[in-house]
Amino acid sequence: MDAHLLVTVILFGPLIGATIAGLFGRRIGDTPSRAITTGFLLLSAVLSWVVFSQWTWGGLEPFTLTYAPFIQVGNFLSSWSFRLDGLSAVMLVVVTTVSSLVHVYSWGYMADDDSKPRFFAYLSLFTFAMLALISAADFMQLFFGWEGVGLASYLLIGFWYHKPTANAAAIKAFVVNRVGDFGFALGIMTVFWSLGSIQFAQIFPLVAAHANDAWAFAGQSFRLMDLACTLLFVGAMGKSAQFFLHTWLPDAMEGPTPVSALIHAATMVTAGVYMVCLLSPMFEYAPFAKHVVVVIGAITALFAATVGLVQNDIKRVIAYSTCSQLGYMFMAAGVGAYQASMFHLFTHAFFKALLFLGAGSVIHAMAHEQDMRRYGGLAKYLPVTFGVMTIGTIAITGLGIPGLEIGFAGFYSKDSIIHAAYASGVAGDPLGYFAFVMGVFVALLTAFYSWRLAFFTFNGHARWTSEDLEHHWHNRDHAHGDDHGHADAAHAETHSEPDHGGHQHLPHESPWSMRLPLIALSIGAIAAGFFFHEKFIGAEQIEFWKGAIFTGASNHVLAEHELPVLIEQAPLIAGVIGLLIAAYVYLLKEGLGARLAAQRGPLYVFFYNKWFFDELYQATFVRAAKFLGDLFWKGGDQKIIDGLGPDGVSAVSYQVGRGAGRIQSGYVYHYAFVMLLGVAAILSYALWAWNS
Amino acid sequence: MPLLSLITYAPLIGVAAILILRVFGKAEDPKAIETAKWITLLTTLATLALSVLLVFQFNPSDNGFQFVEETPWFAGLYYRMGVDGISVLFVLLTAFLMPICIAASWKSIDRRVLEYMIAFLVLETLVIGVFCALDIILFYVFFEFGLVPMFLIIGIWGGQRRVYAAFKFFLYTLLGSVLMLAAILGMIGIAHTSSIPELMVFKFAPGIQTWLWLAFFASFAVKMPMWPVHTWLPDAHVEAPTAGSVILAGILLKLGGYGFMRFSLPMFPQASQMFTPLVFALSVIAVVYTSLVAFRQTDIKKLIAYSSVAHMGFVTMGIFSGNVTGEQGALFQMLSHGVISGALFLCVGVVYDRMHTREIAFYGGLVHRMPWYAATFMLFTMGNVGLPGTSGFLGEILTMTGTYGVSTWTAIIAATGVILSAVYALNLYRAVIFGNLTNDKLAAITDMDWREIAIFAPLIASTLWLGISPGSVFNLTQASVDHLVQVYQAAIGG
Repeated sequence: MDAHLLVTVILFGPLIGATIAGLFGRRIGDTPSRAITTGFLLLSAVLSWVVFSQWTWGGLEPFTLTYAPFIQVGNFLSSWSFRLDGLSAVMLVVVTTVSSLVHVYSWGYMADDDSKPRFFAYLSLFTFAMLALISAADFMQLFFGWEGVGLASYLLIGFWYHKPTANAAAIKAFVVNRVGDFGFALGIMTVFWSLGSIQFAQIFPLVAAHANDAWAFAGQSFRLMDLACTLLFVGAMGKSAQFFLHTWLPDAMEGPTPVSALIHAATMVTAGVYMVCLLSPMFEYAPFAKHVVVVIGAITALFAATVGLVQNDIKRVIAYSTCSQLGYMFMAAGVGAYQASMFHLFTHAFFKALLFLGAGSVIHAMAHEQDMRRYGGLAKYLPVTFGVMTIGTIAITGLGIPGLEIGFAGFYSKDSIIHAAYASGVAGDPLGYFAFVMGVFVALLTAFYSWRLAFFTFNGHARWTSEDLEHHWHNRDHAHGDDHGHADAAHAETHSEPDHGGHQHLPHESPWSMRLPLIALSIGAIAAGFFFHEKFIGAEQIEFWKGAIFTGASNHVLAEHELPVLIEQAPLIAGVIGLLIAAYVYLLKEGLGARLAAQRGPLYVFFYNKWFFDELYQATFVRAAKFLGDLFWKGGDQKIIDGLGPDGVSAVSYQVGRGAGRIQSGYVYHYAFVMLLGVAAILSYALWAWNS
Repeated sequence: MPLLSLITYAPLIGVAAILILRVFGKAEDPKAIETAKWITLLTTLATLALSVLLVFQFNPSDNGFQFVEETPWFAGLYYRMGVDGISVLFVLLTAFLMPICIAASWKSIDRRVLEYMIAFLVLETLVIGVFCALDIILFYVFFEFGLVPMFLIIGIWGGQRRVYAAFKFFLYTLLGSVLMLAAILGMIGIAHTSSIPELMVFKFAPGIQTWLWLAFFASFAVKMPMWPVHTWLPDAHVEAPTAGSVILAGILLKLGGYGFMRFSLPMFPQASQMFTPLVFALSVIAVVYTSLVAFRQTDIKKLIAYSSVAHMGFVTMGIFSGNVTGEQGALFQMLSHGVISGALFLCVGVVYDRMHTREIAFYGGLVHRMPWYAATFMLFTMGNVGLPGTSGFLGEILTMTGTYGVSTWTAIIAATGVILSAVYALNLYRAVIFGNLTNDKLAAITDMDWREIAIFAPLIASTLWLGISPGSVFNLTQASVDHLVQVYQAAIGG
């Protein structure tokens, strides 16, 4: 089939599904809604792999397909289009694969929800927006997709809209992303006014000649490309939850778990990374901006990993892990290893979606308990989940066999990032060494928190009883009965067991609709690195990317280097140390972790409270906005403006109205009459003055 | 038959019909009221049909005035009408919103219905007249008399503090108008013509321009409204009946922006350039200040009114950027705001008609009972927030981009408005729609009926259509805007 037709079907299929399920879901029923959306997604996923294999092995060339004009105002030109190149080909398979698997998974996970059509419509809508984002040929369609996925994220985080915490998290996600968009929009404007276009194909060839132009912004003079790229990166920080703008991502876990896997792990949050890689022709001429990217990425990787060490909510651990892994991707992009960044994005999509969906399976089994302190010893009850979660953990911690160079997905992608950082240091960038050290240290932390999660959940003694589970179900049903709105989706995350209330409750493996996606993703988590590393970052990278990623003339971070053995093996060693510590604390000396936590050391408190960012923002921005709002309203508008202006003047005549005892519409006629007379008199005078 | 005059006065035919009804029947006769409603709706629909015809016959490649009518009037005055790419849109917007307003008033207005219908029809004539007038005296007449029906709509069919609100509205606008009239007389005295096209090419001395600009500014700034002469708007909105708010936000607020583009920029270019920093400053203050105030409101309508002021800040900013991006953005923002804020006020009307309160705290959890309403409200909330894909996005991004070309500081501060709009709009939505139904009075609230869905359908379609395919508007305005910008830039030597 023609590639143009293929990508069109891939792009619009999910939109059609979303529209049908969203508008007519209640009429056509749950199962047709689910079948239609899932069907379109599976179709998109299959076709995406067709396109991707044509791209990788079939000699498909890059193209841009234009559907219709979007904005045409002077030079501000944008079209609705589909840009296919190495980057969008990779993202196509990532987005549609994970999305279709999440659709399938949600059949089981959301089986008892009252709002299934709405849920599947949102999922498909998200997928459409994400596809529009990755296929944009200019900044406006990119922005459309960018905010479109933001909308879908907002709707899905707040999916259980009766929960105040979910609503608050949804708003937080939207608003924090808007802070990022603030920088993003200013970056686009900078590009537009300096290079005269917002279309990538027009902009990129002009960058080299203008990168060092002086550009006046906010009363200062900047190097043009450094300014533009730094502003654009602020957008990426918002979307990809980087340090300072990360606070929304952990809260986003209020959404149903399939949403966390799709949006807040595998796809949407990687949009910022994707954007930086897409704009590599600009970033390569922006050394300062690249340094910003490295530093923010490294700090995020460290920050999120430290917080992830001590969290007890299984989903939050994985959320911080995502945040941290995104930091890795930015580190890679910042040192100029865009290919490694995209490769980690690719492998991370599989193993992180796997970990989230696996966590969903555990949560499902544990009557929606998310606190790992109430897990333990689940391996024998949930063998499949245990197996796939272990695969995911091996993948994220980057275990492999040194010498043979064989390992799970993260082994290839994470190591290539750390090596590239070191190479960048060798090439003379001190921040490269900084990124290297951070990368290795965070690899240790990653191994610790990932294995902690696995051991804490699946091994050791059970810290739950079947009475606990019984109690849980009972509470949920009770809450259900109390509720005003019967349409509440909420408790609907429940699943009513056929044996409910009957005999003893034991955790049980999830249905096949949930297990199959887990197994599919495990294959990706095992093989994605081994299978594709030559293409993404190895000898075949030139043919694979076909010019989608630009690397500056002096940028050789991904070339074959002779690294010292210790440097070469540093990530793996760190990973093993992390594993051993976790095994010691949570397997050998079971209970040690809890005792350490109970001591509440200052570092523990600092990490546990997420470095106090929420408190800080609450005390500054939120309070300031409320204070200023009240000040402007009651002080500015009411006291000063109205007090000095209309109220002062009108007080007199208003009092007359009061004095007359009644204020009623009769007076309105009087005013109107006087007004008419006044207008007429002025006009008459005007005519007289003019004619004479 | 001159099409513009036909469109302008078509509503008066409806007025005549209602008056006949009134003379031959009893005013409170239910049958008469029903007939009057239908007469009004059909009249406004006919006017809409004529306006659509006008847009189809309009030649977008011509940057001058079209459908020009010119006949001597009286006392040496001329009756001149005509539209260009800038004004033709507003004619369409007015004709588009009017039938919606009538349909929205169908059940909520229960007293003096005949008079109410007459007020709306007269208002339509006057507002369309403002956009079509090519003679400055004729413009002034339409502009000023347009206040009267609006004043009556607020003052008679308004809420409890309607007299205060109407008076405040009247006081503010009249103050500006008097100054503008003095300026108009001065201009005629200097240029010896009252023809707008002739005045647009007449070169006023820069010293005079300053005074004329300020006088016009006084009037248009109140109409926009710009900070700090905006405080009449929240009161007017709160007290006005739903349809009054729709017209106020949808059309009357556009008179100021239209005035800036029709008079200030082409006639006083040097002064416009000189005062651009002032306008920019007031615009960004409006964006930030009123957004923060909106965040703290407890009345749904007041919140939306304040958000209108913030959105109008983008318009003034775009107009005075003096480049194509800014002007197109400003025009688009006005059009889009007309649709979206009109729709938001209608959204308030839906629950107000049921519960008779606009207190945010009264509501909560409406999604459980009103899913279609929740979806509609969500769409327009997103439009208000400027989500790409809705019309609200394009006006904001284009005005900011246009402004960036002149002043980066202005664009930076205005861009914070994009964050703040999300804060107040989403918090409002959460408080009204999400959560649990805790107020027992809401237990039996019903979702939108077919009449209400029919009212929203054209607004939903336009918001999405304009957001996805804005070219349909830019094509109409392009020639006139290019011309405006060329002449302005030539005049200021830019």
